[in-house]
Amino acid sequence: MATLKELATTQAEKFVGGHTSCAGCGYPNIFRLTLAAIKDPVVVVGATGCCEVNTSIFPYTSWKAPFLHNAFENSAATCSGVEAAYYSMVKSGKLAANNTRFIAFGGDGGTYDIGLQSLSGALERGHDMLYICYDNGAYMNTGIQRSGATPRYANTTTAPVGKVVPGKMQKKKDLAKIMVGHNVPYVAQTIAGNWKDLTNKVEKATAIRGPKFIVVLAACPLGWQTKTQDTVRLTQLAVESCFWPLYEVENGKYKLNDNPEAKGKKIPVADWLKMQGRFKHLFKPGGEKLLAEIQAEVDKDWNDLKALCEFHSKQE
Amino acid sequence: MPVKTEVKQLVAAKTGNEAMAEAMRQIDPDVVAAYPITPATEIAQIFSSFVADGQVNTEMVTVESEHSALSACVGSAAAGARAMTATAAQGLMLMAEIMPIAAALRLPIVMPEVNRAISGPINIHCDHSDTMFCRDAGWIQIFSENTQEAYDNVLQAVRIAEHAKVRLPALVTTDGFIISHAMETIKILPDDEAKAFIGAYKANYSVLDAAHPITVGSIDLQNYYFEHRLPMINALKEAKAVIKQVGREFGEKYGRPYDLLEKYRMDDAETAIVCLGSTAGTAKDVVDALRDEGQKAGLLKIRVFRPFPVEDIAAVLAGLKAVAVLDRSDSLNGYGGPVFTEVCSALFNSIQKPKIVNYIYGLGGRDIDLHMLKSVYDRLASIKDGQDLGTIVDYLGARK
Repeated sequence: MATLKELATTQAEKFVGGHTSCAGCGYPNIFRLTLAAIKDPVVVVGATGCCEVNTSIFPYTSWKAPFLHNAFENSAATCSGVEAAYYSMVKSGKLAANNTRFIAFGGDGGTYDIGLQSLSGALERGHDMLYICYDNGAYMNTGIQRSGATPRYANTTTAPVGKVVPGKMQKKKDLAKIMVGHNVPYVAQTIAGNWKDLTNKVEKATAIRGPKFIVVLAACPLGWQTKTQDTVRLTQLAVESCFWPLYEVENGKYKLNDNPEAKGKKIPVADWLKMQGRFKHLFKPGGEKLLAEIQAEVDKDWNDLKALCEFHSKQE
Repeated sequence: MPVKTEVKQLVAAKTGNEAMAEAMRQIDPDVVAAYPITPATEIAQIFSSFVADGQVNTEMVTVESEHSALSACVGSAAAGARAMTATAAQGLMLMAEIMPIAAALRLPIVMPEVNRAISGPINIHCDHSDTMFCRDAGWIQIFSENTQEAYDNVLQAVRIAEHAKVRLPALVTTDGFIISHAMETIKILPDDEAKAFIGAYKANYSVLDAAHPITVGSIDLQNYYFEHRLPMINALKEAKAVIKQVGREFGEKYGRPYDLLEKYRMDDAETAIVCLGSTAGTAKDVVDALRDEGQKAGLLKIRVFRPFPVEDIAAVLAGLKAVAVLDRSDSLNGYGGPVFTEVCSALFNSIQKPKIVNYIYGLGGRDIDLHMLKSVYDRLASIKDGQDLGTIVDYLGARK
């Protein structure tokens, strides 16, 4: 797996600055690192959203790899078409094989919600592509509306904190688990704030033929109401609180990539939540019960994940 | 004007769906992405068997929806591939979001489409409400009168869509069940002839060109969007001459010439019906019978609805006395059908123009027969003779 120096020096950058994302935005890091980690020719297909809008305002582009945007809910289907075209034209001799890697991405809205069917179909069909979801937990591009990825009790503009409602009342979907249900060779969960874990997973995924999926937690200072300088730390704390464990699932086998608990570094989820303005109502009088509820949910999920990983490690 | 042709064509009995699938086999697209929907299902189904038997090199992408079918085609075409899909009705409506994107990206995707009424209520039979719903999506729309035309049109659509001056996606429609499932004897080009006619495809750009990375599908704000729509608008205008040229060449080579319109016994006609698709075949019989009686009746079949042949239609109809436009869908605009309103607008600036009435007919597969069409010509004859226009928009074959 590549060192940071190797990532920075092996090839010219394929995702460059000059784009219009906000200061402290989490996703540019993901795509810069992802493209640095892939040595082969790569085609990127992006869903409508912050990343697409900020990186491809005509006549400018941040993409030094071929980049295709079609619509919001169909980056997986569109990418599957690019991949099918490549294999078809290589097979018929119209194109020389060059080991092109295919990457589709979407935000959490474009992946957990409106693009889920397109993604599910593409994974089931077995296309040789890597789908990356940058998950900042709401429709940030349109102004912080709740999505299926918004955590419970977060404040958003369509599930606002009011006098009687404490924000979003539903739990976040477990997207990685849904993807595992597709029996694909590789599924992983990571963060924008851990370059090594992220690039390791991208390298691993691109070495595998078939459909791969990585969901990456990325902070949005605007939507999370956080300080721009905390962006990297915030996703690291999401891991340390066990709200967002780093793990991967290879051929159905779960494996933890980091265990803050075993290292004695597990922090209460409240420590992570209190840095974010979207949860500030939980720290007012009366919020204790809601915080306890979130902690119980995180603990249960963490214990379930540990048990699964332990079960699979014993099988080997 | 059938001409002598040297090319020996195969005579075979085919349904409309079989004929379109046969054309697709000869085209041998790089990618076909499709999803089942009555009455178009068979096209992809038959084509799948060509894939399974190794008769084509196509990569078949059996998607989970029509939205993904067209999305995958956009991906394939943006990768420089020849891509096709097929659908009908709700499937076309589900593709509707992606249709203008395919056109704006100038991707010459060709789609056989079987006309079927849109829901609701749900109905699987023929009318043109699906195709008309997507009429302003930047796609070329070619309507087929019968199975032979369905086959010929699919081949021509590839040439038209991929033409350097056009580079737009194209729909080739048949009428659901009436053509899609009815067997007729047709002539099929030899494979090598069909391949030679459509020629090799060289895309304008490809996202697979790693040496020359491009960004496709940028966000285009106030300062560029307008200028980026204009070339597409102009390409639709240019497409008219290309469609005529390709239709003429097809006629010269294979004895079946095509144009934007088909004029049937129109030379000295005083009255005419204007229609699209399979109804034209029935109307021709009625015209023949009326001509035998000495009436100067004719038929104008609009083969290409998009781009709309506004100049040609005006030229043909301006000198007539009375015209009935038959619409197999209603615009739901509180007035009449889409073909009617566009035909009227084509004639608006003509100094001389006929009286025009509109009939909405055949919704949801309701039969249209010789007697109904005869009654329309009878009314046109009385309008020609000075009777009041009366009801401008009427509903033919609906119980009142």
